[in-house]
Amino acid sequence: MAEYRLEMHGISKSFPGVKALDQVNLSVRPGTVHALMGENGAGKSTLMKCLFGIYKMDEGEVLVDGEKMNIGNPDEALHHGLAMVHQELQPVPDRTIAENMYLGRYPLKSFGPLKVIDHKRMNEETVKWLENVKMPFDPKKKLGELSISQMQSVEIAKAVSQDARLIILDEPTSSLTENEVEALFKIVRDLKSRGVSFVYISHKMAEIRQIADDITIMRDGTYVGSWSMEDISDNEIVKQMVGRELTNVYPALDNEPGDVLMEVKGYTSISDRSFQNCSFTLRRGEILGFGGLVGAQRTELMEAIFGIRHIKSGEIILNGKQISIKCPHDAIKNGIGMITEDRRGTGILGCLSIADNVSIASLDQYLEAGVKLNKKKIEELVQENVGKLSIKTPSSKELIQNLSGGNQQKVIISRWLANNPDVLIMDEPTRGIDVGAKYEIYQIMIELAKQGKGIIMISSEMPELLGVSNRIMVMCNKRITGELSGEEATQENVMKYATQF
Amino acid sequence: MKKKINIKDTLINNGIILLLAVLVVYVSINVPAFRSFANLKNLAINAAPRVIVALGVSGCLITKGTDLSAGRMVGLAGCLAGIMLQKADAPGKIWPNFPQLNVFLVLLICMAVCSVFGLINGIVVAYLNVPAFIGTLGMQMIVYGIALVITNAVPIGGYRADFTTVTQGNIAGIPFLFIYLVIAAAIIWFVYNYTRHGKYMYAIGGNESAAEVSGVNVKKTKIIIYITAACLYAIAGFLFSGKSGGASVNLGMSYELEAIAACTIGGVSVNGGIGRVSGVIIGVAVFELLKSSLQFLGVNTNYQFIAQGIVIVVAIALDIRKYIAKK
Repeated sequence: MAEYRLEMHGISKSFPGVKALDQVNLSVRPGTVHALMGENGAGKSTLMKCLFGIYKMDEGEVLVDGEKMNIGNPDEALHHGLAMVHQELQPVPDRTIAENMYLGRYPLKSFGPLKVIDHKRMNEETVKWLENVKMPFDPKKKLGELSISQMQSVEIAKAVSQDARLIILDEPTSSLTENEVEALFKIVRDLKSRGVSFVYISHKMAEIRQIADDITIMRDGTYVGSWSMEDISDNEIVKQMVGRELTNVYPALDNEPGDVLMEVKGYTSISDRSFQNCSFTLRRGEILGFGGLVGAQRTELMEAIFGIRHIKSGEIILNGKQISIKCPHDAIKNGIGMITEDRRGTGILGCLSIADNVSIASLDQYLEAGVKLNKKKIEELVQENVGKLSIKTPSSKELIQNLSGGNQQKVIISRWLANNPDVLIMDEPTRGIDVGAKYEIYQIMIELAKQGKGIIMISSEMPELLGVSNRIMVMCNKRITGELSGEEATQENVMKYATQF
Repeated sequence: MKKKINIKDTLINNGIILLLAVLVVYVSINVPAFRSFANLKNLAINAAPRVIVALGVSGCLITKGTDLSAGRMVGLAGCLAGIMLQKADAPGKIWPNFPQLNVFLVLLICMAVCSVFGLINGIVVAYLNVPAFIGTLGMQMIVYGIALVITNAVPIGGYRADFTTVTQGNIAGIPFLFIYLVIAAAIIWFVYNYTRHGKYMYAIGGNESAAEVSGVNVKKTKIIIYITAACLYAIAGFLFSGKSGGASVNLGMSYELEAIAACTIGGVSVNGGIGRVSGVIIGVAVFELLKSSLQFLGVNTNYQFIAQGIVIVVAIALDIRKYIAKK
């Protein structure tokens, strides 16, 4: 038997303009759980996509059980015993467990001249595989009736039924409760004892400690190193994940935070799987950063404050007055604006012009006689912002969908400049934007802070979080776990709080 | 940049209009009566109430909805107006004791009745999140049923002179119907281009989630759209009824499909967010020209339906094609 179930050597992958992976290695021993850790954007998912042939790697080789492989697509990977359980499962909830397990490879039997699906065999086999993961379900039960963790177990059973000997678990516990995590770990340990290997991608230190045998750490698309879990401390892991030089590409933070502008108390989501009991304050003229790893529920918390999501309990005090927010309209009326993370999904109005996109949140200000919009004033407003944010466009009548990502983001920022809220929440304000535009956006943020506005910035990029925030709140696993300012605001401290659970 | 106009795409995108233009030219040359003033006037009179229906439907389409109850609401309003405006001595008068109301008051009553159904459509679509296709399909049957109950399926005739004057008359040779059309189109054009409601409508069609995040009251806007549409159907029903001097429950049947087709031909996207009043008018005109051309060519009425059906499907396929190409 080969020493390693899977070996990846010197994997490199470039996308136009960025080197996503640079000489990355990963070696997984048979019958072990191998943790793959790194910050957001370290290249973990890209590496896995290269393994499964979803991306074509530029350089490097893959060995399965000591044999060199050329994997072109996920189907071929499965053929070689590699399976992936995705972060977001993609089941067919209205069909039975058995049908989901055998989706695309239904067992057939002859029915006269026809080939029909052999339901009996499919159901029997399913029972067998479910027992394998200690899930005694009726195979005829609809998949949708199971909990997320049970569905995950079905996915794992499916992988095992297809003779997978290496299973990739990508953030498997991000939406599980503690009991469910325990159940999942039982299955993983059981399969491990029977020789199945796992690659376990997770941000949660405690879980990694519990389940992993080895660990590989990546940072900014490069390979940092591999260790046996016994040989490395938690602090060392954090240090290796963030150990980069911080270079100064940020404008001077010369805004001065003043008195308290907004207080959020005990915000708890309507869902048990989302944010719990979050409290923080925001000052006038302050940029408050929200750090944490993907899945920490930062976006969900902010969207709840803005009224997109619902809460079970909690209160907001803005300008000394308690306010109630049930929908974005309420939030805007009270002087809160939000630039959402998903620019395409909830930001731009694609088939409308730049002018319409800028003015949509503040049309009330341009009504004449309560009915007619003053188009001249609107055009002035648009021109002012297009100029101020140096949006590159031939005319304000251009459709926003024809602009680059950076310019689209500036248009969305203009929308809120026009609306002029007291509090502006910016969720990943520079995602997918080139360096020059990023710098301009930071300048705008500082300018707004100087005008006395409170800015909340969610950022998953550590340098940005440290470079543009006056104070940082860190979230981990649905809760606020730390508050950092001044000297304490270091990469190590943020990562320590972000991996607390 | 993207300014280069692709000739092939332009031809395909406007295929229907070009094809019909060819047809119209062909018919004009071969059948002189087609290009007579009388026929053009006739076309305008026929098109006017249909444009008003299509304007109503266009608001629903722009917000990614639709309104399949449009035709039946036209029918209900037409019957109601007819019943209320029958002569006192009309034979078989349906509501014999109904007072002789002012003709415009009757119009307002029809609009009020239809706007109740429009409100229900709006609530079903906006608050209950029922797909507009299904919700308004149900309303189509409900409204038809109500029209049957009211009229007992008896045709209505014997209208008062003031009703026929208002709908069939003209001033200096210009039919009143045409004037109504211009007024309705002007008001809707103003609403679409110069009011907050109009901007919100386009924003919802462009990206409903983004509109909501920008503070647009999506539910309220949609309800207003469905009520406005219903009012326009009521006006159209009133005009149809008066124009033909009689009404039956079958008035308006499948007008919603013609209206949707006309909107699509005129560039209102079934994918939402795009559409102009001028386009709606052009769309209806093109559709009416098609019908008229086929008549003048002596094509059997039965075949005309087949031709119209093909035009509807092709028009929407071409519209979707534009959308896919953009992605």
